[in-house]
Amino acid sequence: MWQRVFHLMLKEFLALLKDPASRAVLVLPPIIQTVIFGYAATLDLSHIRYGVYVEDRAAPARELLARFAGSPTFAQRVQLDSLEQGRALLDRGELLLLVHIGPRFSAQLLQHKPAPVQVLVDGRNSNTAVIAQGYVREIVDRFNARWIVEHSGWQSPQAHLVIRAWFNPNLESRWFIVPGIIGLLLQVVSMLVAGLSIARERESGTFDQLLVTPVRPFEILLGKALPGFLVGLAEGTLIVFIAVLWFKIPLVGQLTVLYAGMALFLFATIGVGLAISSLALTMQQGLLGAFLFMVPSVLLSGFATPIANMPVIVQYLTLLNPLRYFMEILRGVFLEDASLYLLVDQFWPLLVIGLANLAMAGWMFRHRLH
Amino acid sequence: MIKMSVPWQASRVRRLWGLLRKELLQIVRDPSSIAIAFVMPIVLLLLFGYGVSLNARNVPVALVVEQPNGVTADFAGSFRHSEFLSMVQLPNMHTAKRALRAHQVDAVMHLRSEFARKMQAGRSAPIQVLLNGVDANTARIVRGYIEGSLNGWLQQRAARQGQRFAPPVVLASRIWFNPNVRSRNYLVPGLIAVIMTLIGAMLTALVVAREWERGTMEALMVTPVTIGEVLLGKLLPYFLLGMGGMIVSVVLALWLFDVPLRGSVWVLLVVSAMFMLAALGMGLLISVSTRSQFNAGQAAIVSTFLPAFLLSGFIFDIHSMVGPIRLLTYLIPARYFVSFLQTSFLAGDVWPVIFADVSALAIMAAILLGITLRRSRKRLD
Repeated sequence: MWQRVFHLMLKEFLALLKDPASRAVLVLPPIIQTVIFGYAATLDLSHIRYGVYVEDRAAPARELLARFAGSPTFAQRVQLDSLEQGRALLDRGELLLLVHIGPRFSAQLLQHKPAPVQVLVDGRNSNTAVIAQGYVREIVDRFNARWIVEHSGWQSPQAHLVIRAWFNPNLESRWFIVPGIIGLLLQVVSMLVAGLSIARERESGTFDQLLVTPVRPFEILLGKALPGFLVGLAEGTLIVFIAVLWFKIPLVGQLTVLYAGMALFLFATIGVGLAISSLALTMQQGLLGAFLFMVPSVLLSGFATPIANMPVIVQYLTLLNPLRYFMEILRGVFLEDASLYLLVDQFWPLLVIGLANLAMAGWMFRHRLH
Repeated sequence: MIKMSVPWQASRVRRLWGLLRKELLQIVRDPSSIAIAFVMPIVLLLLFGYGVSLNARNVPVALVVEQPNGVTADFAGSFRHSEFLSMVQLPNMHTAKRALRAHQVDAVMHLRSEFARKMQAGRSAPIQVLLNGVDANTARIVRGYIEGSLNGWLQQRAARQGQRFAPPVVLASRIWFNPNVRSRNYLVPGLIAVIMTLIGAMLTALVVAREWERGTMEALMVTPVTIGEVLLGKLLPYFLLGMGGMIVSVVLALWLFDVPLRGSVWVLLVVSAMFMLAALGMGLLISVSTRSQFNAGQAAIVSTFLPAFLLSGFIFDIHSMVGPIRLLTYLIPARYFVSFLQTSFLAGDVWPVIFADVSALAIMAAILLGITLRRSRKRLD
C-alpha cells in the first residue's frame, strides 16, 4: 500500500513542480508576503502628520509643543495660521490631527487654573483616530505630571497606575501580527495545493481513471494530502525563520509544541481543502470554494481583531475555524512560552476538524462521479 | 466607403453581442462565480458589519486587594460600574497571575496593603497593573479603560471631599467624521473596495485564465473577432457584475448598517466605475500573463486580494508603514479607492481628494488595460 501512496505522491509533486511558474508561485509569494505584511500590518502609528495652531507665545505653550516635537511618533508638523486652514488640511487627509492652543493657555496655567488644549482628529479611520488620541493623551499626561512637580499649588492625583505588560513589554503590535501571518500564509498554501489537486484531475478527466485502478480511496486521499502537508511544513519553517531572524520576533516557547501545532493545523486545513476539492467539479469551483472558505476564516480567526469583541453567535461560529486555534498556538508558543498542557484545548479541535473533513472527502470520492 | 462601413459596424455589434451572451451564460451556469459575485459580498459585509470590531467591551479584569477596607471597597465599586470592564475579585496575586496566564483575564490590578494609608496621607498611591501584552492593540485599549475608570473615581472622591480634581492641562479632543468611533463606519465603506477587487480582479483572472488553459481563447482568435472585441466581451459582463456587487454593498451599508453617505451618489458611482476598470485591468493582465488557473489563482490572491486588504489603508494606517512599503502602496489601485470611499462616506465631497484619487485610478486603468491588449495581441502572430 505504501508503495502505491508513494507513487501517487510522487506524481502529485511532479504535477506541482514541473511548471516553473507554479514553482515560483509556491516559493516566492510567501517570502514576499511575510516581509511586506510584516512591515505593513501594524496598528502602531508612526510618522503622524499634525498641525499646530498656537495663539500663545509664552513659555508653557512652547514647552507643551516641545513635547510633541520630541516624540518620535509625531513626525511632521505644520504651523497653521488659522483653524480654517487646519480644517481644510484635515479634510483633505493631509493632517491626521490638529492641536489648538488658545491665547490664554499660559496665563491660566500660571494662575493655577486648568488650561484647555483642543485636539481635532480625523476619524475616517476611527481606530487610527483613537490610537492617535491616546498618544496625545500620553504626552499631555507627562506634561501634567512634570508641571505638578515643578510648580506649587497643584495637587497630584491621589493614586496612579504602575503598568507592566507581560509577554510584550513595549506593546509592539508587530509581535502579535507576524506570528499570525504564519497561520495566514500556511492556510493559503495548503488549501490551494490540496484543494486544487482533485479538482484538476476531475477537470481533465483523469480522476475517473484513478478510481478504476487498484488504488483505494483512502490511499488516493493520502497521496493527495501528503504533498500539501510537506510543502506546508517547509514553507512554515521558512516563515518562522523570517519572523525570528528578520523581524526579531522572540520565539520563547518550544519548537516541538510549535511543530505539533503546525502539523495538526495543516492536517485540518488540508482536510477542508480536500473536502472542498471533492465537491468541486472544475478547478474554478475548487479555487473559488477554497476562497469562499478562506476569507471568512481569516476574519474570524482573531488575526487582526479580537474574537472577544465579536457578538456571541459569531464567537460560536469561530469554533469551527481551524485558523482560530492555530493563531492561539502560534502566539502562545512565540510570546508566552505556552506549554503543551496549556494549549491542549487548541490541539484537539484541529484533530477533529481534520478527521471530519477527510472522512467527508473520502465518502465524496466514491459517491460523486459525474 | 460609408456604405462599406455600415454593415461592418453592424456585424461588429453582432459579434460583440454573441461574445457577451456566451460570457453571461457562463456566469449564470456556474454557481461558483455567482457565489463569488453575490454571496461573498453579503457574507463579508455581515461579518464586518456585525462580527469584526475593534471596540472592546466587558474586558475581564482581575482585582487583588491585599487589605480590604473602605477605600478599596469604594475603588472596586466604581470599577464595577464601567461598561467596558468586567471585574472579578481574586484572593491573591498567585491566582490572579495564573488567570492572566490562562487568558481568563486580560489585566490584573493589584492594591497593596498600604494603598489606603498612602492615599489618606495625601501621597500618590501606586496601583500595580499587569497586562497581557500579546495583543498590543487590545492591551493599549484596556490600559485606556483602566486609566479612564481611575480618573473617574478620583474625581468622584475629590468632589465628595469638596475639592476639585483637575490636571493643569485639560485635553479636549474631538474625533471628526465619526464622533462615536464606530469601527463599522470605516470598515464597511473600505470593504466595498475589497469586494470589487474580488469580483473584478480575482474572478476575472480565473475565468479568463481558464479560457487560455483550455485553448478556447486561441480558438476564438482564429474567428473574425478582433482581440479588442474579445477583451471587451470579457470586460463588460464582469464590469456589470462588479458594479452590481458594489450597489448591493452600498445599499446594505446605508440601510442595514446605518453608515452615513455624506458625498454625492453620482461621484461615488463614477469613481467606483473607474476603480472597477482598474481592477478588471489587473484581472485580465494576470490571466494573460499566467495562462493557467492555478497560477492565476495564486497570483490574483497575492497581487490583488491581500494588498487590497492589508496595503490599502483599509485597516492599517498607510502613513505608519516604513518608507519602501509606503511607496509600494502607490501602485495599488485599492489604496486610492479606499481613500476615496472613506472620504465620500464619512467626510463628503472633498474635491482635492476626489480629483487626486480618480486621476490615479484612471491612469492605472489605462496602463493595465493597455498592457493587457498588447500582451494578448502578441500571442496572435
